[in-house]
Amino acid sequence: MAGKTLYDKLWDAHVVRQHEDGTCLLYIDRHLVHEVTSPQAFEALRLAGRRPWRVAANLATADHNVPTTDRGRGIADPVSRLQVETLDRNCADFGITEFGMNDPRQGIVHVIGPEQGATLPGMTVVCGDSHTSTHGAFGALAFGIGTSEVEHALATQCLIQKKSKNMRVRVDGAIPPGVTAKDIVLAIIGRIGTAGGTGHAIEFAGTAIEQLSVEGRMTVCNMAIEAGARAGMIAVDAKTIEYFRGRPYAPRGELWDHAAKAWRELKSDPDAKFDKEVALNAADIKPQVTWGTSPEMVVPVGGAVPDPIKEPDVVKRAGMQQALKYMDLRPGTPMREIYLDKIFIGSCTNARIEDLRAAAAVVRGKKVARNIRLALVVPGSGLVKQQAENEGLDRVFKDAGFEWREPGCSMCLAMNADRLAPGERCASTSNRNFEGRQGAGGRTHLVSPAMAAAAAIAGHFVDVRELY
Amino acid sequence: MKIFDKLNGLVAPLDRANVDTDAIIPKQYLKSIKRTGFGPNLFDDWRYLDPGEPGMDHGRRRINPDFVLNQPRYQGARILLARDNFGCGSSREHAPWALMDYGFRVIIAPSYADIFYNNSFKNGLLPIVIERDAVGRLFQECAATPGYGLTVDLAAQTVTTPSGMVFRFEIDAFRKHCLLNGLDDIGLTFQHLDEIRAYEARRKKEAPWLF
Repeated sequence: MAGKTLYDKLWDAHVVRQHEDGTCLLYIDRHLVHEVTSPQAFEALRLAGRRPWRVAANLATADHNVPTTDRGRGIADPVSRLQVETLDRNCADFGITEFGMNDPRQGIVHVIGPEQGATLPGMTVVCGDSHTSTHGAFGALAFGIGTSEVEHALATQCLIQKKSKNMRVRVDGAIPPGVTAKDIVLAIIGRIGTAGGTGHAIEFAGTAIEQLSVEGRMTVCNMAIEAGARAGMIAVDAKTIEYFRGRPYAPRGELWDHAAKAWRELKSDPDAKFDKEVALNAADIKPQVTWGTSPEMVVPVGGAVPDPIKEPDVVKRAGMQQALKYMDLRPGTPMREIYLDKIFIGSCTNARIEDLRAAAAVVRGKKVARNIRLALVVPGSGLVKQQAENEGLDRVFKDAGFEWREPGCSMCLAMNADRLAPGERCASTSNRNFEGRQGAGGRTHLVSPAMAAAAAIAGHFVDVRELY
Repeated sequence: MKIFDKLNGLVAPLDRANVDTDAIIPKQYLKSIKRTGFGPNLFDDWRYLDPGEPGMDHGRRRINPDFVLNQPRYQGARILLARDNFGCGSSREHAPWALMDYGFRVIIAPSYADIFYNNSFKNGLLPIVIERDAVGRLFQECAATPGYGLTVDLAAQTVTTPSGMVFRFEIDAFRKHCLLNGLDDIGLTFQHLDEIRAYEARRKKEAPWLF
């Protein structure tokens, strides 16, 4: 019998029961909750007279709607305010721990989960947010769910699920200087497409993935959903285990030793079989910039906007033409000649301390270009913000002309006041360049934090490797 | 959940690949704490020429006459014909809510994003997968035939065209059973609470740090 993949092991360990057609009742260890996808679930729970099955398995925070400017005045938009207050009330009513808007531990749900040790290796982790795949970086099975499943997880601590297929993406070799986890994952999506992982759980493996820090691995798994996979994951190693030592929700003492021993087994067997395999060479990966309205529309920074005429597939060609029209770009334009209006450094993809350090290293002692109307740094959590301030990074950004904001999802999806005006063009460290994602009519180019910082200084895209 | 068994309905074609859930229902409408009322804002950025905000009178907004759903011949459509990777992006269940609220009960496409596919079933919206060339053919027929309708039979797992051509589709037995009977997932899981308790008791011994 062939060995098991990491995904097989995580799945098998959580099956409560199996239906004849393979559909399973899967146990959920951690449920992360935020204000946007939970109110209807709590309302339904209340209407049915039910209580959360295991209150302590839930952890909540408000991140999508919260303002990133002065919070002393509360939330100006009454609709956003009601949604955040609804989360506060639901958590209070049902006894769920919430890091509210003014708690120093508040932040983007996918940043605070691991930061608190609330996400641990070997867990099943769900949240009503597609970027829940982030938590797979720690050898966990983590995936996004809709509101009906939020209610199901609250009521039963389980979900009805059908197992996905196994896919492995290997990236091997030394990672070139100036190339980051973001560039690696964008290159993967460029290769396999936004539906390349549909129906699969992706395990990222190979020596390049092993070289990445734990935070870099979170960036890679975060965008598994942009490759179509609900779940992305990476085997546990010494770096993973060390990351959790001493975190508030992590086990301690004897329990820590016991857990760490079990976590070391969280990897695919050498003879495990995958339904689909893809391999990339790290040496071939260059800093990436997206040019279109899907994350697969990506080229190296030294490249140019592609020509749809060269695309043989008619449906794809039409998509490229629509994207160029929306993005107001012409085929053949070198990426470096694309000028920007706004810069956004933030989101669950790239708002952790290492991301801010990488951006600050590029910005230090320089000034934001005059054509940039707004350059934002939005830390992923209150604790990331505090750490960055302890290191003086806030000064580096502010001296250069960046705005230093309060934590939240911010301009990744523009549910709060941070957004692009119609026609504005932005270099963004977030995860989606869809039409209108950062504001109706706004144009998004996805890049790494160092590339966004370099673009802020130059006013247009530049190859960050030339700055090293 | 609403029962789904058979439907004969008008088809509207949305001829683009990778239609994401941000396009299906833009983020400003996700601030609602309700499950209903998203229909007027389905495909908001494409449907209207002016920017939309929650609470507006959408009947008074400027309609984009070029957007397919605004064409008179597609008014009252119950079936949406779409391209590859429909519903990609965010996990917002507001996307199937908006499609249902608008009046759609069936989507036909070559492929869907996993979360959207899953969310649709929870709401009685049937996402049918038919292979790419066949979907291409339906797009052609739909464009050429005013009032083009299809018959969907879930029990038989078939889509039948006006000319009598039949396409069979696959669906998980469990999902089919739930849709045909309007079964609610939580109600089903509540039949297995003892098994959940037994799992928890076993797991507490194996991995006590999880509790």
